[in-house]
Amino acid sequence: MASKSSKKKPIGKMIIMGIISVALYVGLFMQQDLINGYNARGGLYAFLPIATAFLFSFVHGSFTGDFWTVLGIEASKKKKEVK
Amino acid sequence: MHDIVNAAANFINLDIMNVTYLFLVGFVGGLVSGFIGSGGAFVLTPGMMSLGVPGLVAVASNMCHKFPKALIGSIKRAKYGQVDVKLGVVLGISAEAGVLYGAHIQESVKKAFGDAGSNLYVSVAFVVILAVVGGFVLLDAWKTYRSGNTNAEEKATKIALWIQSVNIPGTMVYFKSLNARISVLFTIPLGFATGMLAATIAVGGFIGVPAMIYVLGAPSLMASATELVIAFVMGLGGSFKYAMSGLVDIRLAMIILGGSLFGIQLGAMGTTYVKPFVIKMVMGVIMVIVLFSRGLMVPVYLAQLGLIETISETTVKILKNTSFAIMIFALLIGAFIVLRAMWQGRREERLAMQQSPAVIK
Repeated sequence: MASKSSKKKPIGKMIIMGIISVALYVGLFMQQDLINGYNARGGLYAFLPIATAFLFSFVHGSFTGDFWTVLGIEASKKKKEVK
Repeated sequence: MHDIVNAAANFINLDIMNVTYLFLVGFVGGLVSGFIGSGGAFVLTPGMMSLGVPGLVAVASNMCHKFPKALIGSIKRAKYGQVDVKLGVVLGISAEAGVLYGAHIQESVKKAFGDAGSNLYVSVAFVVILAVVGGFVLLDAWKTYRSGNTNAEEKATKIALWIQSVNIPGTMVYFKSLNARISVLFTIPLGFATGMLAATIAVGGFIGVPAMIYVLGAPSLMASATELVIAFVMGLGGSFKYAMSGLVDIRLAMIILGGSLFGIQLGAMGTTYVKPFVIKMVMGVIMVIVLFSRGLMVPVYLAQLGLIETISETTVKILKNTSFAIMIFALLIGAFIVLRAMWQGRREERLAMQQSPAVIK
């Protein structure tokens, strides 16, 4: 009954995003020479590190957000708006 | 170009110690920037350099972690209604121009006075700007705290009220954070100054946030959240520029991002528990401590330029290490205030809920 008022925690989503995030990091380090080689070329290859940063931020950002929610750390329920 | 590529190909080897160190500094930096809109760069860039990363690669990699971090932080804070996207984009674009101009000045100083001259210029800019702006922010936060009026709504300064009252036809734009229409002829120089400072001392937020609060009249919470949009716009443009020269070490950027995305979520949530003056307090405290850190290095550069007597190698080493330690201390103390405020806020909210669960929606 007590848990009825609290929202369901996104454990499944956190685990999936966590696994993808770890896979991305493992991939980055396994292939670091190849990836650094392309990134160091510069010019239009500049899109590669930018795209990588967006991809990591989406996956890892989603994971870290859910991570704190699952731990029970959330924003204040009192103040949702500033003004 | 070829030289740059060669230098960039010389990316450092990473071991578990380096990775842990960058991850942790990233976490604390993220925590602080989620809260005050910026922070971390002043420790991360020299931190990477101390691991043997070339200066430009350190700056580029820091920037490439900054924009995705700022993106996640601004999305999170937008959920709390704290972000003024329009103001962030307008200031961000003019800040980008400021970055280019600031970098140009840096290059000219370096050409004319060498490395020591460039370092001295950066340090003096740091000390002067942080002393004036940081001192002002801290004093304001302290006054609010002492007045006992910490719940009172923030009032716009006289300058802000004047700027909001000026009507220049054809240039007026409504910004929700100010709840007023102001001329972009005021926001453009402000953004430009933020960018110039970002290019010089690597922390544009130290001028951007106070400028939004005191010059434009934005509430602290909205100013610090909107700074994340500016950081995103500026960071994206800057990263692309450096990446075009092959200077981004994506491994470094992603390790720091790994830690900072944990931190920024926490810092952003922290803002919902605190009174606005705490934002100013954290920012002011960090700025003033960092000021001492950079101030310590001024004699070293003066000696290198031959303007004062030579300083022994041992003293230089001690000054350098102390300076770096103070910067880490500044970041940690900021993180401590954030976590403490969040902890207290959560406890008060729990107590209030236990006493009258119906009052809180």
